Amino acid sequence: MSAVSFAERRAALGFCLHCWLSLLLLAVLVWGSFAYLSLDLARLFTAESGRGMLQFAMRFFPPDISAEFLRKIAKGTLETLAISAVGTLLAAGAGLLLALPAAGRMGGVLKGLTRFLLNALRSVPELVWAALMVLAAGLGPFAGTLALALHTSGVLGRLFAESLENAPPEPARALAESGAAPALAFVYGTLPVITPQLVSYSLYRWEMNIRMATVLGFVGAGGLGQMLYYELSLLHEPQASSVIIAMLALVVLVDAASAWVRRRQMRPAG
Amino acid sequence: MGFELDRVGLVHANGQAQGQRALRAVSIVAARGERLAIIGPSGAGKTTLLRILATSIRPTEGRVSVLGAHPWQLGAGELRRLRSRIGFIHQAPPIPPRQRAITAVIAGRLGQWPWWKSALSLLYPADIAGPRDQLARLDLADRLFDRCDRLSGGQLQRVGVARVLYQRPDLLLADEPVSAMDPALADLAVSQLHSEAQSRGVTLVASLHAVDIALRWFPRVIGLKAGEIVFDLPPAQVSDSVLRDLYASETALPSQDSEPFHPHVEHAQEAAGAARASVAPPRVI
Amino acid sequence: MPPALQPPLRDPDALRRTGWALGALLVLWPLLLIAEFNPADLFDARNLAVMGGFLGQFLPPNLSGDFLALVLKATIETLAMATAGIALAMLLAVPLGLALTHSLSVSRIGPGPDQGLGEFLRVLARFALLILRGVPELVWALLLVRAFGLGPAAGVLAIALTYGGMLGKVYSEILESGDTRPARVLLESGGGRLMAFFYGLLPGAGQELASYTIYRWECAVRASVIMGFVGAGGLGQLMDQSMKMLNGGEVSTILIVFLLLVLLADAISVFLRRLLA
Repeated sequence: MSAVSFAERRAALGFCLHCWLSLLLLAVLVWGSFAYLSLDLARLFTAESGRGMLQFAMRFFPPDISAEFLRKIAKGTLETLAISAVGTLLAAGAGLLLALPAAGRMGGVLKGLTRFLLNALRSVPELVWAALMVLAAGLGPFAGTLALALHTSGVLGRLFAESLENAPPEPARALAESGAAPALAFVYGTLPVITPQLVSYSLYRWEMNIRMATVLGFVGAGGLGQMLYYELSLLHEPQASSVIIAMLALVVLVDAASAWVRRRQMRPAG
Repeated sequence: MGFELDRVGLVHANGQAQGQRALRAVSIVAARGERLAIIGPSGAGKTTLLRILATSIRPTEGRVSVLGAHPWQLGAGELRRLRSRIGFIHQAPPIPPRQRAITAVIAGRLGQWPWWKSALSLLYPADIAGPRDQLARLDLADRLFDRCDRLSGGQLQRVGVARVLYQRPDLLLADEPVSAMDPALADLAVSQLHSEAQSRGVTLVASLHAVDIALRWFPRVIGLKAGEIVFDLPPAQVSDSVLRDLYASETALPSQDSEPFHPHVEHAQEAAGAARASVAPPRVI
Repeated sequence: MPPALQPPLRDPDALRRTGWALGALLVLWPLLLIAEFNPADLFDARNLAVMGGFLGQFLPPNLSGDFLALVLKATIETLAMATAGIALAMLLAVPLGLALTHSLSVSRIGPGPDQGLGEFLRVLARFALLILRGVPELVWALLLVRAFGLGPAAGVLAIALTYGGMLGKVYSEILESGDTRPARVLLESGGGRLMAFFYGLLPGAGQELASYTIYRWECAVRASVIMGFVGAGGLGQLMDQSMKMLNGGEVSTILIVFLLLVLLADAISVFLRRLLA
């Protein structure tokens, strides 16, 4: 039996300097993160802290399911849904208006400007918009609605602009060449082509916004989040746990509904 | 008051055909009410010629006068008014798939109606009898309220014809208007274009792949090859040898019922349009 | 055409359309009321004064050395929170995800005595993942701040819990969607679940698993940016303080850093995923 050569050993190791170095770098980054935050995981998982956690968790049980409180939760849920729906609707309208210049239909200068505006709207998180809107419109669901509308118009505006750019130009061009005004050529020739796409983008964002609307209340922008924040700050843990269960149910239901809709769309039309 | 082309030429300025010559020194004079067929092999420049007449592309050489106006000297508003008097039937009807047939036909009058009437028609058609009558001429009245993506290629092409008939233009241009129809329907559609031209004194120019239809219906036939006019004759004088010269590179004379080759789409751009419009296979025989 | 065949001269879809429009209005109207939709609020004199004064300070942004040092520290803290959070999330997700994966199930192969138990554990794992990801990360953070006090620890754990749930679910989906025969063959020849994963599934799915994890890291950066609004450390906490003091200059500086940070995370994520491909 011949000896195993160095090259063979190296090959057997699956040696790839670049892979091992990347893994090492990752490990260092993760370790560095923990070190920077001075997180001591071991301390978190001692028996004592476990007992503390358990005690903390037990305070949330049993949840408050008195009829009176459930009514409040229903109201909060409805408010959350309303914030997300109205916010998304406003955003779809504003997004379409902004998408027209952003798709380059009104000249290069406007295109650059609106693209910048859309990016700015999109990059500021919903929660930050909510904190700003609470200053501008006062506490309550209207601030949350505006916050979602602002962030989502940035997202939808960009998606809509892409749809517009990819839409076939022929129908609208044919109408313009038979003397139709540009706006009419757009609504008769381009809008019907892209409408299904616009609707599906908006529904998808609505789904995400329902999730988001549950937490906007932490900065005072209405909905279930505001209830949770309020109850927790009064140390009403049973009530808080009811609100959390409602949030969980809402998110899971929306997830299931959207999966169901998507499965239906995937089915071949027949 | 038909149109006049005076030594018109076109060299593509951009796109993938950049620098290629599409038309050379084309001169045609047509009076009001005249009916012309343009025939020729694929890539001869038929569509380009029609699009110059439609004022949708500007020739690089020569002079164009359409319906008594010089389109490239008009202001935007006047050009739009001129264009609303020109009807163009596209080979692949540029109609959004989800639009209803009636809305697609109504869109023919967008250049003539006040804007509020057009806008309201998206919600409830301001005119139902008109589009219905135009579709009835093409034997399609029963599909008036159907969505266009439920129509076959030939039916969609008839909706496109009905739209332009509904527009009531003074100059009617048709680019392979019957390429997706079976022979009987093709004959019906061309006959309707003719009665429209005759009853209202409309100037009609149609590019046709089917030579038999051109010879049967049109008093004047123009042969176009490699961007140049080869002949401009009454049908009686278009002999077999003339046609053989015109289609020298192709094997058999194309006709509507014995189509020897697929309707070649002459421009890559159109091919893309046809594909996107998701029309059923162009030929339904 | 005989008159009988002529369609009636009215739009057959009109009634349906009117119905839909009325229905939409009936739904929208209460929604607007519930959302307290009232644009006039924006022009309320008091709100205008507050907002005007606040926005007026946005320019110039606060670029003093002291404040920038604070912002830099918070920015690194934000990135570290996302990284540590995702690392913990993987610790949570890998076992749960593997437990969920049917193609790694030993008990599935033969009718063993513990088949019922295996199914039970799987249902349990699925339920745990559902709860972990169903509760928004900010809610976890709000709760954990109460348990662990203000600071980044709560944020890291919140990210670990929510993203652990998401990663676990998606890991098992990725593992199921690929070619599962190699793993099955290994299990049938007596290999253990973990070895079947390393030898049978990881070679095929590794790249996709890594790519999805990187994508989630990017999302975690966005999440840790706002964690601070409930006191869980990072840039958000700094922003929350500046906002409460209506210090426009500081807020505008932090907003600019937000944008840069999100863009940076986006770029890193795209770069890493391209490296993998």
